[in-house]
Amino acid sequence: MSEHKNPEEIIICRDVHKWFGDFHVLKGINLSVEKGEVVVIFGPSGSGKSTFIRCINRLEQHQKGQIIVDGLELGNDIRNVEKIRQEVGMVFQQFNLFPHLTVIQNITLAPAWVRRTPKEQSRELAMQLLNRVGIPEQADKYPAQLSGGQQQRVAIARALAMQPRIMLFDEPTSALDPEMIKEVLDVMIELAKSGMTIVAVTHEMGFARAVANRMIFFDKGEIVEQGTPEQIFNKPQNDRTKLFLSQILHH
Amino acid sequence: MTTIEMKPPVLAVGPLAWLRKNLFSTWYNAALTLLAIWLLYALFKPALEWATTEARWGVIEANLTLFMIGLYPREQIGRVWLTIFLLSALIGLSWGVWKNAARGFALMALGAGAAFILIALYFQWNVWDEWLLAVGILLLFYVIGLYLPRGNLIATLAWFLYFPFVFLLIAGTKYIATLPPVASNLWGGLLLTLLLTIVGNFGALPLGILLALGRRSKLPIIRYFSIGYIELIRGVPLVTILYMAAILLPLFLPIDVRPEQVIRAMIGFILFEAAYQAENVRGGLQAIDRGQYEAAHALGLSGTQTMLFIILPQALRAVVPALFNSFISLFKDTSLVAIIGLFDVVRIARTILAQPDWLGTHREVFLFAFFIYWGFNLAFTYGSRRVEQALGVGTR
Repeated sequence: MSEHKNPEEIIICRDVHKWFGDFHVLKGINLSVEKGEVVVIFGPSGSGKSTFIRCINRLEQHQKGQIIVDGLELGNDIRNVEKIRQEVGMVFQQFNLFPHLTVIQNITLAPAWVRRTPKEQSRELAMQLLNRVGIPEQADKYPAQLSGGQQQRVAIARALAMQPRIMLFDEPTSALDPEMIKEVLDVMIELAKSGMTIVAVTHEMGFARAVANRMIFFDKGEIVEQGTPEQIFNKPQNDRTKLFLSQILHH
Repeated sequence: MTTIEMKPPVLAVGPLAWLRKNLFSTWYNAALTLLAIWLLYALFKPALEWATTEARWGVIEANLTLFMIGLYPREQIGRVWLTIFLLSALIGLSWGVWKNAARGFALMALGAGAAFILIALYFQWNVWDEWLLAVGILLLFYVIGLYLPRGNLIATLAWFLYFPFVFLLIAGTKYIATLPPVASNLWGGLLLTLLLTIVGNFGALPLGILLALGRRSKLPIIRYFSIGYIELIRGVPLVTILYMAAILLPLFLPIDVRPEQVIRAMIGFILFEAAYQAENVRGGLQAIDRGQYEAAHALGLSGTQTMLFIILPQALRAVVPALFNSFISLFKDTSLVAIIGLFDVVRIARTILAQPDWLGTHREVFLFAFFIYWGFNLAFTYGSRRVEQALGVGTR
């Protein structure tokens, strides 16, 4: 797949392995993501999809193989890791907003201290982002005062404030009440259409159908099948993919 | 469609309703209440009779200054007043800037100030005007704090500068003619007790934070040093540490460095308290969710930035009650310095008993010392609870 050198490839993973103790979580993942591509990863729980996406910004360390993000290889060099993390935004299942800071402080903290952006400038950018995710009026509230959907939208704005080249989403809607899922998905869809490179672990098949360029089915630490949403939804090749899709589409 | 507006049911809460519900709900409850009232009366009647007839309260009045500042030179007493005025200014400023969080302490200080004015007027002591000035300063700085731009920063800085400045003011220096040095063996009474408490606590907190972080460090040397230090200090009584500081500390220092006994005691308190504060802070660190570290790292914050901006503020806020608890503990523990020859409140009380005029006034003197400690802790507990409420500790 990724044998030929393509300058547009912004994430390159070659034969990535990871173990938790004796448990082999990732069994040789090969995957490349092109600039501007929207990739949706799905699969049963425990299949290693979250672990994999967390390896891309080294919240988990892979133990074998190669991960190259934006031309820099992830390894033990902490400076490379910090550089890559500045270019890669991440949104978590549990939002992980900083509860002791207001919404605007949550968003401006990293630009101010990591990018050394002047105060007014980072505040202005933060307000733009809050407008983009539709909650400018919440700027001076604390996270605990917001609904789950609003918190997740703040988390997206916080990640975007670093002006990343890649966005990772780790089950961004799984902890949300049903009526709030749409407001978060709308923001993600808008982001995807703006040309952002996105890798998302999610079971929101509506999102995948709307904007994904490629869907990847993970099971038992391996990529079982991948293809366009068209191929995956209409003519899945692998039996495990078929079974899983039938389970999540008919509930 | 009309919506029906419902108000919450009104519960009867007058004092009479309360009495009826809690003290006289059944016949045996009423009997127990009456019995308890009689017991309290029987217990305190002799004490009250003694306090109002027999007791020689003159011993307190005659030795009040001694109780407050020990043998601190009387002609330098203005310096002590200055520390009180500065403290009033700071409390007022904090009240204006931080509103709710500092209001408990401010109200306690105002109440104490007003009480001191009344007491002084009643006994015709000539200090009522000083206390009036202190109260005035507090109120003035409250108003200033309300309108001060960048008040948060200024108030924080002022508190940090206050303690070294007070130390300089009390100790004096040979370089400033108006502040001649006062040997620390003359510091005493409540002044010494408070100085030891404040220096001990504010010195111990940063050290405790470092030890708590060290205990979680990935570097084995730092981790084992921190664990060793904490367990060693927590494994021995404070008295032994004070003896060590008084007797052994000079052996480790160069021959021409001979810190005064008070300084040695302060170092002893800091070293002792740091181990306990470290464990308090560690409790807070453990309460922080892993997701907070991950979110900070994912944004590209370095390890130090993550600690300073994300983890420590939350960890410290979570353990505010424990930190205040240690503060009160240390305040009471300062009474142990008597054994290494310092004149804190308790030791002063004992020297007063040796005065020929006041032989046999044990009860009066120790009751007074008791009320000094109790009064301070009561005020402090109230103030700290208000801080906890304002920070939202325990409500999330």
